[in-house]
Amino acid sequence: MSYEILGITVLWIFLYGYLIVASIDFGAGFFSYFAHVTGKKHLVQKVIERYLNPVWEVTNVFLVFFFVGIIGFFPETAYYYGTSLLVPGSVAIILLAIRGAYYAFGNYGQKQNSLYIFLYGASGLLIPASLSTVLTISEGGFMTVTDGKIVFLFSKLFTSTYSWSVVLLALVSVLYISAMFLTYYAAKAKDDGALIIVRGYALGWAPPTILCSLLVFFAINQHNPGHYANMLSLSWMFVASFLCFLIAIYLVWNKTAYGWAFILVMLQFAFAFFGYGASHLPYVLYPYITIHRNITSDAMAISLITAFIAGLCLLIPSIYLLMRLFLFNAGYVQGNSKKGD
Amino acid sequence: MAYDPVLYSRMLTELTLGFHIIFATIGVGVPIMIALAEWTGIRRGDPYYTLMARRWARGFVITVAVGVVTGTAIGLQLSLLWPSFMRIAGQAIALPLFLETFAFFFEAIFLGIYLYTWDRFKKPITHFLLVIPVIIGSSMSAFFITTVNAFMNMPQGFKLKDGAITDIQPLVAMFNPATPTKVSHVLASSYMTCAFILAAIAAYSLLKKRNNLYHRKALKLTMTAALIFSISTALIGDLSGKFLAKYQPEKLAAAEWHFETANKVPLVLGGILTKDNEIKYGLKLPYALSILAGDSPYAKVQGLNATPVNERPPLFVHYLFDSMVTIGIFLAFLSMLYLWMVRKFKNGKYPRWLLRLIVWSGPLAMLGIEFGWVYAEVGRQPWILRGYMKTHEGATTSTHVDLMLVLFCLLYFVLGFTAIKVLSKLFKNSKVHEELIAVGIEKEGDEPR
Repeated sequence: MSYEILGITVLWIFLYGYLIVASIDFGAGFFSYFAHVTGKKHLVQKVIERYLNPVWEVTNVFLVFFFVGIIGFFPETAYYYGTSLLVPGSVAIILLAIRGAYYAFGNYGQKQNSLYIFLYGASGLLIPASLSTVLTISEGGFMTVTDGKIVFLFSKLFTSTYSWSVVLLALVSVLYISAMFLTYYAAKAKDDGALIIVRGYALGWAPPTILCSLLVFFAINQHNPGHYANMLSLSWMFVASFLCFLIAIYLVWNKTAYGWAFILVMLQFAFAFFGYGASHLPYVLYPYITIHRNITSDAMAISLITAFIAGLCLLIPSIYLLMRLFLFNAGYVQGNSKKGD
Repeated sequence: MAYDPVLYSRMLTELTLGFHIIFATIGVGVPIMIALAEWTGIRRGDPYYTLMARRWARGFVITVAVGVVTGTAIGLQLSLLWPSFMRIAGQAIALPLFLETFAFFFEAIFLGIYLYTWDRFKKPITHFLLVIPVIIGSSMSAFFITTVNAFMNMPQGFKLKDGAITDIQPLVAMFNPATPTKVSHVLASSYMTCAFILAAIAAYSLLKKRNNLYHRKALKLTMTAALIFSISTALIGDLSGKFLAKYQPEKLAAAEWHFETANKVPLVLGGILTKDNEIKYGLKLPYALSILAGDSPYAKVQGLNATPVNERPPLFVHYLFDSMVTIGIFLAFLSMLYLWMVRKFKNGKYPRWLLRLIVWSGPLAMLGIEFGWVYAEVGRQPWILRGYMKTHEGATTSTHVDLMLVLFCLLYFVLGFTAIKVLSKLFKNSKVHEELIAVGIEKEGDEPR
């Protein structure tokens, strides 16, 4: 495998990781706020908090990892995306900052504060919308280069059917992924009160998710027909994604195997996300940056890949430890962790 | 003010970094202090120190959160505000940037574990061991990110031909001549600053509640650490001066208003500069600059006139340099004075003026960090990559930087304000004495010891 394919694959895996963990996080924040407003907070709050407390900081790292990695492997992206994304990027930073900080303020500062919960919950929905702009721009057509100067076409972005369908998809899939995870987590915590509520969220957000996916699929055809043709040649991946979706919903509907249901949700998004990514190649930013033309030097690619492997050797055992202690620790999940487990 | 993306990009970067380094410094230094307290508690079987570690860790999370989000901000802003710079430098410094996220990842995982496992292990030492990866993670991320900054001061390990960059050697770029002194000065000064900040909190509490045993123990631990760290910071600072004299003479010359290359050069403290570059009212220490730069009173020091006019840093950096050094020396003496006083006042009733000085030491140390960074950064103007790329060539051409500057100003104002509010509330709501009672160290009705 060439360095550029290896590089983009690694980065895409990380972006996928971010998609899953961040969706759980963003959605959980919103549900937590929603439950607070509708007076059901006491039922779901505990499950959400117990999951989020030890992992919120880790989530953020996936994102940092991706954008540092892409600049390392494909330095041209810094130039094109950097210039064009100043406004949406800054908005995303501000939202991320508000969300991260107010999460900590609300949870570790002693008293629960309604304003903090609102800021945390609302920003969770706006961040996916602003981050998804990057994927929209990558399809091309939203910037022009004249005399070596990049001009970003805001009005085009705001009036494009495609960009709005991506935003919509980002929003609903965040809520869907999160609700499916919380359903699994609540079942594991044997918290029936929470389970009833989050299962309702999961089933409720399933139809919009699949509708929005279809919408995006056809909007790409209008916006970038070449990409659409590539997607059709990989159509088995999107079919597989849809099948995973059906089985997951079936399982949740029948109130069985919530763990498998969530794994199927992850597979559903994996197939769709990697299908989308693979069909996007060789472009990183259509039509300016391809993975072949603007890759970094071999020396840097080798050292990045080495660093990446070394890093993984450190991270995988640590993540395993984190999961053992919190996510997959029956005592902790059920809220009765005591000494010696 | 006319719209100028370069000016606004510089202002926004200064603002973000200036705000971030407050929390970054705390993030690097406080885990060390937490570990010291927890370790002392285990070794001496003294629950006061264990409680100390716990209380510090509780406040630490709040600062980490702000550090994480502002760190993400500066990470993204590098590409958003300086796209042309990142297009070139991104290729040469991708490795340390990448490694920095690994270190950060490592720290994030273990911080989560550390915070939620205080009561989960049979042996207290197991929990203590979890803080070590946090320290390694935070110090390593400081290490890697500082090598990036060192590279901007001493770019090497690549070739630049017609705007294209070739022959990259990632490790040569990373371990450039500026790396050793920069990294060690950053680490030592962060440890020192955090020791003084925690000492300031203990001193503040002692001023309010005299002779409380918990706060006395906290003060002694932090001030002892502060002495060691401030002396190491000063020694490394001296090495940094020698590094500048050898590799970046224009930065040192600007800091010292030293124009003509000469031997036996005095060091100037304070003063003002007249229009024809004459120094007035300054305090001259004979031979001191020669000693600082070259280890000998007769050493030759290159003057600013040897640098072309359009490549000279602004001359106000003199005041920043002076302030940083003065603060550093003052703090080292203060910690010595305290340790001498401890022996004199065995009853723990330290004079109030000493406690007041220690209360000031925390903010002063942080101010020293800010001055030092502004000196280091402004001192390499007009370069963004010294010798390769001027700052204005690296900036974005986007038309909305001014609006973003306003937005981020608001953001940092709100974050800073809430962080202070939450932190002070956190400690006001849980009094040490009550916590000591709750864990059974002190009894209800006892006068706080």
